Amino acid sequence: MGSRASTLLREEEIEEIKKETGFSHSQITRLYSRFTSLDKGENGTLSREDFQRIPELAINPLGDRIINAFFPEGEDQVNFRGFMRTLAHFRPIEDNEKNKNYSGDFIAFRLYDLDRDDKISRDELLQVLRMMVGVNISDEQLGSIADRTIQEADTNGDNSISFNEFIKVLEKVDVEQKMSIRFLH
Amino acid sequence: IGYLLPWRLCLGISITVWFTLLFFCTIVPAVLGVSFGMRRLYMATLLKIFEWATLRMEMGAKEKNQELYKPYSNIIAKEPSSSLLQEFQELRGSASCLSSEPEFELADIFYFCRRGMETIVDDDVTKRFSAQELQNWNLLTRSNNNFRHISLRLTVLWGLGVLIRYGVLLPLRVTLAVTGISLLLVLTFLVAFLPNRDEKVHLMCYRICVRALTAIITYHNRENKPQNGGICVANHTTPIDVIILANDGCYSLVGQVHGGLMGMIQRAMVRSSPHIWFERSEVKDRHLVAKRLGDHVADKTKQPILIFPEGTCINNTSVMMFKKGSFEIGCTVYPVAIKYDPRFGDAFWNSSKFGMVNYLLRMMSSWAIVCSVWYLPPMNREEGEDAVQFANRVKAAIAAQGGLVDLIWDGGLKRAKVKDAFKEEQQKLYSKVLVGEMDQNQSDDKHSQDDNPEDANNRN
Repeated sequence: MGSRASTLLREEEIEEIKKETGFSHSQITRLYSRFTSLDKGENGTLSREDFQRIPELAINPLGDRIINAFFPEGEDQVNFRGFMRTLAHFRPIEDNEKNKNYSGDFIAFRLYDLDRDDKISRDELLQVLRMMVGVNISDEQLGSIADRTIQEADTNGDNSISFNEFIKVLEKVDVEQKMSIRFLH
Repeated sequence: IGYLLPWRLCLGISITVWFTLLFFCTIVPAVLGVSFGMRRLYMATLLKIFEWATLRMEMGAKEKNQELYKPYSNIIAKEPSSSLLQEFQELRGSASCLSSEPEFELADIFYFCRRGMETIVDDDVTKRFSAQELQNWNLLTRSNNNFRHISLRLTVLWGLGVLIRYGVLLPLRVTLAVTGISLLLVLTFLVAFLPNRDEKVHLMCYRICVRALTAIITYHNRENKPQNGGICVANHTTPIDVIILANDGCYSLVGQVHGGLMGMIQRAMVRSSPHIWFERSEVKDRHLVAKRLGDHVADKTKQPILIFPEGTCINNTSVMMFKKGSFEIGCTVYPVAIKYDPRFGDAFWNSSKFGMVNYLLRMMSSWAIVCSVWYLPPMNREEGEDAVQFANRVKAAIAAQGGLVDLIWDGGLKRAKVKDAFKEEQQKLYSKVLVGEMDQNQSDDKHSQDDNPEDANNRN
C-alpha cells in the first residue's frame, strides 16, 4: 500500500472547513484520519455501509436514523465536508462564537422528522418510539405516550410538533451539556 | 574478458564471506542455543535514529509552518461510560422509578444521538483491526501519514533505510527462512529413526526461524511455563505468535489441514511430535474437536496444546472475546501474554489487506520484530464458574499483564455483522426506563455470551 500522502488534505480546504465549522486545525486532521479509516472503498466518500460497520453504532437503537443525518436529501454518499458539517453540530459552543448555525437540537429534530417537512407528526413520533423500545411495549401504550407528548408540546393545535415548539419543550434541558461531544484540542 | 575476471573473483569472495558470516553469526548460535547480544545493540541504535528522525520531522514541519498529523492522540474525551439506566436516572431525577405513568421526554433522544455520534468519531472496536499508529516515525513509509519531502537529510536517511532493509536484511532473512524450513523437513524425517531427539530438533528449527525474522524476544516468568496435560492460551496478533512461543518450548498445535507447502510442513511436524490437525469437515463438529483436545490433555506424556481463543488476529492493542471451547475441557490453563513493540516493525497481520506472502515480505523487510512474552501462573476453573466466566477471567489476566485493553467484543466482528441481540438489549433497557421495572424473570440477564457488551463492561 502506497503512502497516504496522496490523500492528505490541502491547506486551503482545511482553512475553509475551519471557517465554516469552527474546528481547529489539529481536530480537522484527526477527524480526517478517522474519515479515511472508515472509508473502506477508498474513494473519498462514505456510504451507509461504512457507518454500519461500526459495531457500537450498529447496536444503537437509533443507529440508522443517526447515519441518515449525515446524508443530504436523497444521496447515498457523504464526503468529508458533509461529514464535518454534521459533526459541527456537536461541538460545544465557545464563548466568543457567533456561529449559532450549528446546534445539537437541530439534529435531534431531524432524527424525529423523517420526511423533513419541519413538523413531527404523530406517526413519526411513533416510529421513533418503536425504534427505541423494540418489542417491549405494546402499541396502545406507545400510542398514548405519543398522544400525551404531542398534547404537551403542541401550542398551535395542528397536532404535530414544529421546530419552535420543539425548542420550547427543550428549554428546561441543558441541550449543550447533553448533546455536545468533548472534542480534544 | 580480462577485466571480467577480477569482478567474478570479487563476487566469489563476497559470497563466500557472506555465507561464512551467516553460518557463524546466526546458524551456529541457533543450533547451540547461544546468543551474542548483537541484536540488542542493533535495537538500541535504531531507537536513537528514530528519535532523531522524528525530531527532524517536527522541526522541518515548524519551519514550513505546517502541522503534522497526530493520529495517536484521542479525538474526544469519553466520559467513563455509565450504563443506560444511570444516565436516564440523571436525566429525569430520582423520582421516576415510583411513577406508574410511562415517562417519555422528547429529549430522551439526546442520549442515543450523542452516544451514536461519539462512536462515529471514535469507537473501541474498528481500530483494533488495523495497524497501531506510532508516536515516533520508524523510517518505514507504511507507518507514516506525514511522509512528505520535509528535509533532504531525512529523505536520504529514509532511502538508506530502504536500501539496507531490502538489500541486506531481506535476502539474509529469506535465506535463513528457507534454510530453517528445509532443515525442519529433513530432520523431522530423520528423527523418526532417532527417538528422543525430537525436542532438540524442534527447538533448533524454531530458533533458526526466529533469527530469520530478527525476532528479539524477552521471556518473563519462565517458571510458569506450560506443563504437559494443560492448554496454553495466548492473545493472537499474527501467525508468527506460534514461532515466538515455540522458540521456548514444545507445544502441540491445533489447526486445519492445509495443502501444498503448508501441508507438507504440517505432516513433517507431526512426525516428530503429536500435533492436532483437523480436516476441514471436522472443524465444524464441536464435540469431535473437544474430544480430541480432551484426549490429548488426558495423556500426561503429551506436550501442552497451544490455542489462540480469539480466533483471529487483533492488532495487539487489546484482547477481544475468548471463545469458550478451550475453557470447557476442564484442564489447567496456562495463560501467556504476548506484546509486540511496534516501533521496529508492525507484526499485526491485517488479513483483509495483505495475503500471507505479502505479509511475510513486510515482516522480513522491517527493522526487527521485538516482543515480550509473559508466562502467567496457571489457572483452573473454579466452583460455580462456567466456561464463559472462566474465559473472561483468563482474558482479564492476560490483558492486565500485557498492558492491553480488555474488550468484550468478538474478534469476528472484523468480518461479520454484530448480533441483533445486542440492539434488542439496549431497547429492553430503555423500555424499562419508560415503564418502570417489568417482570423480574425477563429483565435480569444471566452471564451469557450474548450479554450487552457495554453493560457487561460496566459490571466488571
